[in-house]
Amino acid sequence: MRFTGRIWRVGDNIDTDVIIAGRYLNTINPAELAVHVFEDLDPAFPARLQPGDVIVAGRNFGCGSSREHAPLALKAAGVACVVADSFARIFYRNAINIGLAIVEAPGAAAIFGEMDEAEIDLAGGRIRNLSTGNTLDVAPYPDFIQQIVRAGGLIPYVQAKVREMGVNPRP
Amino acid sequence: MGMTITEKILASRAGRAEIRPGDLVSVPVDVILANDITGPLAIHEFRKIGVEKVCDPAKVILVPDHFAPNKDIKAAEQCRILRDFAREQGLTHYFEVGRMGIEHALLPEKGLVVPGDVIIGADSHTCTYGALGAFSTGIGSTDLAAAMAIGEIWFKVPESMRFEFTGTLPEWVGGKDLILNTIGRIGVDGARYRAMEFTGPALRALLMDDRFTMANMAIEAGAKSGIFHVDEFTLAYVEERATRPYRVFSSDEDAAYVETHTIDAGGLEPQVAFPHSPANVRPVSEGRGIEIEQVVIGSCTNGRLSDLRIAAGLLAGRTVHPRVRTMVIPATQEIYLQAMSEGLLRVFVEAGAAVSTPTCGPCLGGHMGVLAEGERCVATTNRNFLGRMGHPSSEIYLAGPAVAAASAVLGRIAHPGEVAA
Repeated sequence: MRFTGRIWRVGDNIDTDVIIAGRYLNTINPAELAVHVFEDLDPAFPARLQPGDVIVAGRNFGCGSSREHAPLALKAAGVACVVADSFARIFYRNAINIGLAIVEAPGAAAIFGEMDEAEIDLAGGRIRNLSTGNTLDVAPYPDFIQQIVRAGGLIPYVQAKVREMGVNPRP
Repeated sequence: MGMTITEKILASRAGRAEIRPGDLVSVPVDVILANDITGPLAIHEFRKIGVEKVCDPAKVILVPDHFAPNKDIKAAEQCRILRDFAREQGLTHYFEVGRMGIEHALLPEKGLVVPGDVIIGADSHTCTYGALGAFSTGIGSTDLAAAMAIGEIWFKVPESMRFEFTGTLPEWVGGKDLILNTIGRIGVDGARYRAMEFTGPALRALLMDDRFTMANMAIEAGAKSGIFHVDEFTLAYVEERATRPYRVFSSDEDAAYVETHTIDAGGLEPQVAFPHSPANVRPVSEGRGIEIEQVVIGSCTNGRLSDLRIAAGLLAGRTVHPRVRTMVIPATQEIYLQAMSEGLLRVFVEAGAAVSTPTCGPCLGGHMGVLAEGERCVATTNRNFLGRMGHPSSEIYLAGPAVAAASAVLGRIAHPGEVAA
């Protein structure tokens, strides 16, 4: 999987409250959530975000609340990928589980600036700043994570597992 | 090489004699918890999996506590999804408004989580139950849906960090001050992916309530879990509540820790986390003079009986500052009743504080104390992120119940000694 996108830069320790504020958690509708993404950082942000854009963050992206509404909102807003120096663990699991592309690449924040153009090559394990030519190699997901990604997320993965186990099938 | 308490619990559940950090294990879980924010999403995903029933109706526990009592029509619909699912699946443990409490205070109180358990919850503060010597961690809704179907979950075995607290706790210093100080030292990602093991002589003096407070905030350092060893106080707490048999594990002498931190509790002042990070921690004396508009005493972090006792001790015979709104939120119905019979609720009301039925409400900016533009709040909650309690320009100062109560009286961030003197 290989694609290009325009970069939005955010800092270290971006928490899930800032990605989608608690006051909007009275719905699970991704489209309703998407229009408020990063609103508390910049009220104009949701309107400026375009499908295919890439978020590049520093350390510990997605820390705090376990709300899966955060990766859901990013995905529904059209974010193609989140690249970060590191991710908080619950957000990492959630993103993999729902099929939001994420790339953990220590050093990524240093080579991308706001509005740069990025090329993300997931299969090739490389990200490139098309505006500056800088590249960074990316470690592949661990094998088990790759199985979930290949299945298309955790639910399809578990569907297969449930059929395999033959437990508790729906009549 | 020995194993830590965390490694032993996971090895035991994985059916393995030995386990090492970094190993990937799939383990059966004892408790699968969700609330009215995360539950509806989990139920939505569960429906796609292709099973009719949850793995075990006694293991799946649903608690509408965040936007409950229903704060608006949409929240009411979310709570109804939880209620209908509990009925449809015949869940043993669904806690309705009037019988519920804030989940992480409620489950230990009801004896639904016990030492040696593996517990998952679609709420990041699920790490609270580590106070009982259990492995307990927060996950998202889709992970929870999968576990509801198959009764197990995969984990990467975490490295462990050891935190040893020495010295004797000074007056007005409690579990909240210890954990805030710890997070201040290592930062909000200082324990990312790791288990925080809390130990040392200073903790011997801590009540179970304070241990829950400390384990509760392990996530604020990025940890997968926080954990305490079981001692006679844990057993006394568990024995009168446990609804299931429990197992006591402990770390080997030669267990491996990726880091060890020694913290002299005897030298600490009460601690305050300044906006907008739980790691922006300073001694309370550095906050003196910062005027506030609101105080919140409650939450899964500090809404337990001992917290209310400390707050009432400072508010008795005094009044809340005229500029300040103070919300006191007992975390469960049992705590509420006990606070009532001890006369604590009367103290709060006579002091000019509002007392609420259990809810997470203000902690995540939901209801019951949302902040206006530029307002400042001292809260015993766990997060002071930008916009967490309301307007993005509002400010939250995290503290223990003593600092919160003293600040309510003086209308500014205050050391409890300023009021008690």
